Parts: sequence; C-alpha cells; structure tokens
Amino acid sequence: MWDTASSLDSFPNAHPTYSFQDSGTSFEFTTGVLLCFSRTLNFGSHQCSMALGGMFRNAAATYLHLVGSLQRKKAGASLTRYLHQTLTMRKRLQARRLDRIDHNPWVVFTKLASECDAVNLGQGFPDFPPPDFAVEAFQQAISGDFMLNQYTRAFGYPPLTKILASFFGKLLGQEIDPFENVLVTVGAYGALFTAFQALVDEGDEVIIIEPSFDCYEPMTLMAGGRPVFVSLKLTPTKDRELDSSSDWQLDPTELASKFTSRTKALILNTPNNPLGKVFSKAELELVASLCQQHDVVCISDEVYQWLVYDGCQHISIASLPGMWERTLTIGSAGKTFSVTGWKVGWVLGPNSLMKHLRTVHQNSIFHCPTQSQAAVAQSFQREQLHFGQPSSYFVQFPQAVQRKRDHMIRSLQSVGLRPVISQGSYFLITDISDFKRRMPDLPGAVDEPYDSRFVKWMIKNKGLVAIPVSVFYSQSHQKHFDHYIRFCFVKDESTLQAMDKKLQEWKDELGA
Amino acid sequence: MRKRLQARRLDRIDHNPWVVFTKLASECDAVNLGQGFPDFPPPDFAVEAFQQAISGDFMLNQYTRAFGYPPLTKILASFFGKLLGQEIDPFENVLVTVGAYGALFTAFQALVDEGDEVIIIEPSFDCYEPMTLMAGGRPVFVSLKLTPTKDRELDSSSDWQLDPTELASKFTSRTKALILNTPNNPLGKVFSKAELELVASLCQQHDVVCISDEVYQWLVYDGCQHISIASLPGMWERTLTIGSAGKTFSVTGWKVGWVLGPNSLMKHLRTVHQNSIFHCPTQSQAAVAQSFQREQLHFGQPSSYFVQFPQAVQRKRDHMIRSLQSVGLRPVISQERRMPDLPGAVDEPYDSRFVKWMIKNKGLVAIPVSVFYSQSHQKHFDHYIRFCFVKDESTLQAMDKKLQEWKDELGA
Repeated sequence: MWDTASSLDSFPNAHPTYSFQDSGTSFEFTTGVLLCFSRTLNFGSHQCSMALGGMFRNAAATYLHLVGSLQRKKAGASLTRYLHQTLTMRKRLQARRLDRIDHNPWVVFTKLASECDAVNLGQGFPDFPPPDFAVEAFQQAISGDFMLNQYTRAFGYPPLTKILASFFGKLLGQEIDPFENVLVTVGAYGALFTAFQALVDEGDEVIIIEPSFDCYEPMTLMAGGRPVFVSLKLTPTKDRELDSSSDWQLDPTELASKFTSRTKALILNTPNNPLGKVFSKAELELVASLCQQHDVVCISDEVYQWLVYDGCQHISIASLPGMWERTLTIGSAGKTFSVTGWKVGWVLGPNSLMKHLRTVHQNSIFHCPTQSQAAVAQSFQREQLHFGQPSSYFVQFPQAVQRKRDHMIRSLQSVGLRPVISQGSYFLITDISDFKRRMPDLPGAVDEPYDSRFVKWMIKNKGLVAIPVSVFYSQSHQKHFDHYIRFCFVKDESTLQAMDKKLQEWKDELGA
Repeated sequence: MRKRLQARRLDRIDHNPWVVFTKLASECDAVNLGQGFPDFPPPDFAVEAFQQAISGDFMLNQYTRAFGYPPLTKILASFFGKLLGQEIDPFENVLVTVGAYGALFTAFQALVDEGDEVIIIEPSFDCYEPMTLMAGGRPVFVSLKLTPTKDRELDSSSDWQLDPTELASKFTSRTKALILNTPNNPLGKVFSKAELELVASLCQQHDVVCISDEVYQWLVYDGCQHISIASLPGMWERTLTIGSAGKTFSVTGWKVGWVLGPNSLMKHLRTVHQNSIFHCPTQSQAAVAQSFQREQLHFGQPSSYFVQFPQAVQRKRDHMIRSLQSVGLRPVISQERRMPDLPGAVDEPYDSRFVKWMIKNKGLVAIPVSVFYSQSHQKHFDHYIRFCFVKDESTLQAMDKKLQEWKDELGA
C-alpha cells in the first residue's frame, strides 16, 4: 500500500520529488501520513543532497520505528495488524528506471479478449499451426542429441548463427561473420531491449517514427533516453477508394528537424506495425542520409520482412551504401515461421556495435534456450534450399496471408469501416471516423482516447477484438490519431468466417 | 561511427571469464570439469514432457501469458507454497523468467537504483557484481572465511562462515538488497538455520530486500537440509526466491527460471519483464509444468527425482574427492608452494594461471575461484580451483585417468 510512488499520489504533500521542507506540513497529520513523510524523505534524499537530509531521514526512520513499536504496545489488534502490514517494507522499492513505464496496454486488452467470447483479431499471433517442417525441426531437436538439453554458446547456437550469417549475408550483400556479427536473443523483443540497453544512455535522444510498436518508447525511457517522435501522415490520393499504407509518409523537413547533437539512434520498423507500411527505397535513403549526416545508429526492426503484399519489396536499410557500419538489423523466428511462442530472435550488425550488445546479453540472460535455436537453424536450412521457389514458405505464406488480408478488407467495408490497405506485416488499420461522428459519447475513463472506448464497446457489443491505434502513439499525439483501430488478419479461415458472422450481425443492426 | 557508442552502464562489466575458459576448454582435448552443466541425459520424464509439448496442442507454438504459462505458475505456486509455508498466488507471486540468470537480472533492474548498495557474500556466483553495477548500484562485499576444525582431514564448506559483526557492519542506510546463494556456488556451502536467521534479522532491521538464489536447492548431501530464507518469520514480505528448472531437472539448455515473492516486489519485476523480453517461450514452460506435476506425485518417495538425483550426485562428489586427493589436491591447492611462477598476464591471480597450465598440461578443466571474488579480494583467495562433479561416469573415469598420469609424473 505504501510502497510505490503512484500510491503516494493520493496523499497531500506525499509526492517523492517534493523537498523535505514541503513535506514538513504533513507532520500535523496522522500516523498514516507520517509513514508517507518518512518514505518521502527516504526517496527524496536523491534530490536533497544536504547532509541534514540524511540525518533527518535517519531520525524520521527511527521516530517511525519507535512510534510503530509504541503503537504496537498500546494499540488493539486491528491497528497492530494495519501497522504490521504497512511496516513490512518501508523504503521505496523500485528503481527510477521504472517510472513512466509500468503501464502496459496489452495486459489490459488481452485480459478483456480472454474474458469475452469475442473473435480475437487483436494481438498479433497466428491461430493456425506452423509449417510442418518447423514443427518437425523442433521435434528432432528435442529427441536428438541429449546434449541439446544443456547450455549452448552464449551468443548463439553455432549452426544457427552460421545459417543466419549466410542467409542474410546474401540478402544484405554483406560478409557476415557468425560470431562477430550475429547475436541470438529471446525474440525480437529481447533484441530490441538488448540494443537499447547497450546504446542508449541518460539524455540520449531516440527518434521514433509514429505510429510505432509500443515498446520503443518505454525501452528508450528505461535506458534513460529521451524519445523524440515524428509522425507518418496520411497524404491521401483521391484516385483510389481506399487509402494505402504507402500514403502514410514522413515529411522530410520535419524528419530532418528532429535530429540534434544528442540524437543517438533512430528506430525504423519496416514493414511497419500497426500501419503495414513498407518503406520505399527513396524513404530509406532519406533516413540513411540523415543517420550518416548526424552519426546516428539505425535500429531496424524487420520482423515482418517476409510478409509483403501486392508485389512490394522489403528492403533492409543495412544494405544501402554506408549503412552496414551503423545499423542493427533485427529479425524474428516467431514472425518468420509462425512460431511466436518459440521466442527466438536475432540482431545482425557490425562488430563495433555488436560487442556492446554482447556485453548486455552476457549480463542479462547469458544463454538462450538451445533446442529452439536448433529448430530455427534447421528451418532456415530448409528455406535456403527452397529459396525463391514456389515451394518456399517465404513465397507461399505471404501469398496465403494476402488473401486473408483481402478477405478482411472486403468484410470490414461492409459495415462502413474504412480499412487502409496494408502493404505488409500482420496488420491493417481501419478508419472509424464515421462511427466517431455517429456515436461520439462512448463510456470510458477521463481522457481515454475515442478509439480505445470504441474498441471496448466493440468487444462487448459486437464480439470483435481489435487494438486502438492510439496505443501506438506518444501521449501528446494520441488525440490527433484516435480514430483508427488495428486488426490482425493472420488468422485461420474459421476465425475470418466467425468475423464475417459478427460483421453481418452488426450490419443487420445498422440496417434496422 | 564517430561518437562513443555504448551506454555508461556497460563500463566495468564487459569482461566475462566464462567466455575465456569455455573457449579454452573447447580448444583443448581436456576433461571438462569446469562449467556447471550435466553431460548426461536429463530424466526421461522431462524429455517426454518436452516432446509432448512440441507435438501436442499447436497453439503452444504461439505466445502464452507474459508473466508465465498458467499451468506452470499454478504448479510452482502450489509446490513452493507448501515448501515455504506460504499462500502463493500463481498470478501475483510468481514470475517465469529466462533461466535463474534472467530472474536475477530482472530483480536487479527492478530494485537497484543509482547509489543503492547491494551486499554480496563472497565467494559468489560472478554475475551478481556486474548486474549490480549495470543497475547503477554499489556492490559491498563480505567474505565467508575458513574457520577450520582440526578433527577432520578435509575441510567442509560448512567451515566457511560469516563473521556476524563484520556482516552487520556492511549494512548502511543505502543498503537496498542482500544477495544470498544457498547452496552456494562455488563453495557448495548450505547455509544453516542459524546463519539464515542472522541474515534475516539484519535484513529486517535495516529494511533490506533479500534476493535468494536457490537454484541448487535439491542438490544437498550428507543429510543437509536446504532452508529457504523466505520461510523464516517476517521474511516472505522482503524476499525474492529464485529457482531454476535447468538445475532442478538437469536441463540447463531449457533456460526456464522463476521468481517467487510478495506482490509489492513482484509488480516491479513484472514491469521490467514486460519491457525486456515480455514473453518466455511457451513449450519449455509446459514441459517444466509437467515435470513438476510428476515430482509432486512422487514427492518424498524413493522414486522422486529430487531424492534419487542428489543421491547419485553425492556418489559422484565422493568419487571426485577421493580421486583428487590422490594427487595431493585437497580443497586447497598445495601445489602453489612447488610452482609459484606459472605463465600468465600481469596481475593474473595464481589460480587462473594454474588452471590454464592444468588444462594445457594435465588435460583437466576447472575454474579458478578468484573468478568468484571481487577484484580487491582476489589476491587473498587465489589458491582454490572449482570442479563440477555433476558429470557422467565416463567423464569421471576420464578424470581418473588424467589424475593417475599426473600422479605418476609426480612420483617420477
């Protein structure tokens, strides 16, 4: 109850950043607030470096201890129990790096989705089996050499780092050393964390292109960095009925203005989550040029690299001239082979950057699980044999997913939702402006963006789960982008048919 | 790239001794008694559990609950709830991590801030110091010291003890946490109830969190009893208890660990977890859950792996002790007096030079115990090397062969 900064907020003068002089007024209140006061001092010592603060803190802690024991002797059972509960750990517990990052929207929405009997088109994972060759690869890893049950090389199981080096070496047009230029991580999420922890320091600026996968901001903050946001903006072309994710573009002047002498890194995500935008060569050259000009690292999140549609081509920025030396390219076995639960990811990059990621890795998780790495290695070996052929999973799967995307686009249009045609990734976004005009007042918390209220209403009343796109925006920009929701179309046919049924019911209600 | 790249949190932590020694071990044709992992298969029931997880419900190939696959958190809550004498909620009091190593990292990142002091009892597993530093904390070391009893030929790890006054003196108003490891790596010491009560009392007095690394909790010998400090009065509220499926079921490569603790602490670990790796792999969690379910059925019985395995390992330990004695190795290396000058880097501790010499010349790998000490204390503890005895019979026999050759050379 008394042990976090947020719970202190409900009491006057109890904010941990107050100086101890301000907190002095709380002396007049009850024992409960005395606890706050003491705790405030304990934390406030970071700001109040006066020697007096230290003495005072000890005095207050001693006073508290005495008061506590006095109370225990005099008070009845209920007060004793209360004090015992509140006196168990007295100091502020959590490190300041956790400030501002404790909230997680996924916990909220996945909980809601599991509670309601709704069609889950929210979180990004397939609800159909992975390809047989991947499952077989894992089965073989479990039943094969018993030593695969033990630790492997910390920075990556060598057969995996070797196939990644060879496979991506060709794609990036770069000599990739399996030991110096490849790090295996716990999913791409773990790769991102490792990169941020390695490179982002107190006060470093990180440019984040919005809308963006929501972890970039908290990871920047946790590393002490300052997120600097620049928004993709819709510049619609009137010759098409529906917008495309390619219509969401960066303003070159605005992007350039975001680079300062404190800019350490820019995080790029292509294909982009949530829009599905696939950055064009020209767009990547713009980003590359600015990164080189300002000596900035580019962290390129390319987890959806195989999921591109309508003949779009995925380009890795690390393959552009001058970029290998300053780019970290992140990939995901989970998204590549439809096995999000395996949590195998990787980073490719120059040794000058990778050595720092290795330092973080060896001091955070050290070894990644062995057998899933063996399974991913074997899966890549299979794909290397089939590369570019119709039998390649990297050919077949995007084709199958494109059909699902198209199915969803047609279905969503039938209830007056306006989907944005996504060029890539697992997702598309849908404009809900018409609904916002018709139903502007949906229940929700104070300051809760419209799209979040709409999604909750839709889950409860229409049996469909999506994710509000405001989740993918910084707080200051959310109000401008509160009329989109994101759907995941990498779902089984039966799920898409269940979606159709719900949409049909919705349409019928609208017609009535 | 022209600017300085790495964040300052990496200062002083880029060196890792394991990278050096595992590389040396793989390059030489030596008997590897260095790094701690079994070189024999895990129990059948564990392998079968993993096979079933891979071949069963296809949705196990996808993300599970971020803080832990529910069947695993439920069995951990129930299993350890009984052991700790504590109501453990599977959602509020349990976090699944990527090995105990990941659990430790999550705990340090959650709780240790700039300037916070962390008490580390030496010799200690070597990651505690860099994890403290990476979180901006200040490691404060206190050494276990050998107080030998003359009535035994060999010392015991129980003879390594803390000086209560010295330990108490390490606690200051800046002390945030104390990290306890029992059974201890590298000594093998199992902290007694009295020793734990001493630590507990100081933690309570100074309002300090106890991070208790109990990965070897089932591997106790000679009738020793492992006690979790969280089970002592007043300690649940301020203790994080860390465990490892890898060490529990001899599957170090599965990398499944966990933390048990009060919600007031665990919520902060969840914040770190959701911003670092978010989800742990699903299928290995399912396999660990099934393995614990099997052990829950057999608990306390002769058929329990937690009974059989320590018995088997104790025999290996005894074999190794006898074999090492045959070349004049005791827990202490007496060789130093005979070969004080072995090649090595400037300031390289003696035990490290000895291990390298032993790998190259005697074909045996061990780990210098100075690795487990802070830099300022290394010079006082440079005459011990650590052997891992959790090895297959064939490995122990290969060790015997090398030791016999060594003995013969000494005799000549």
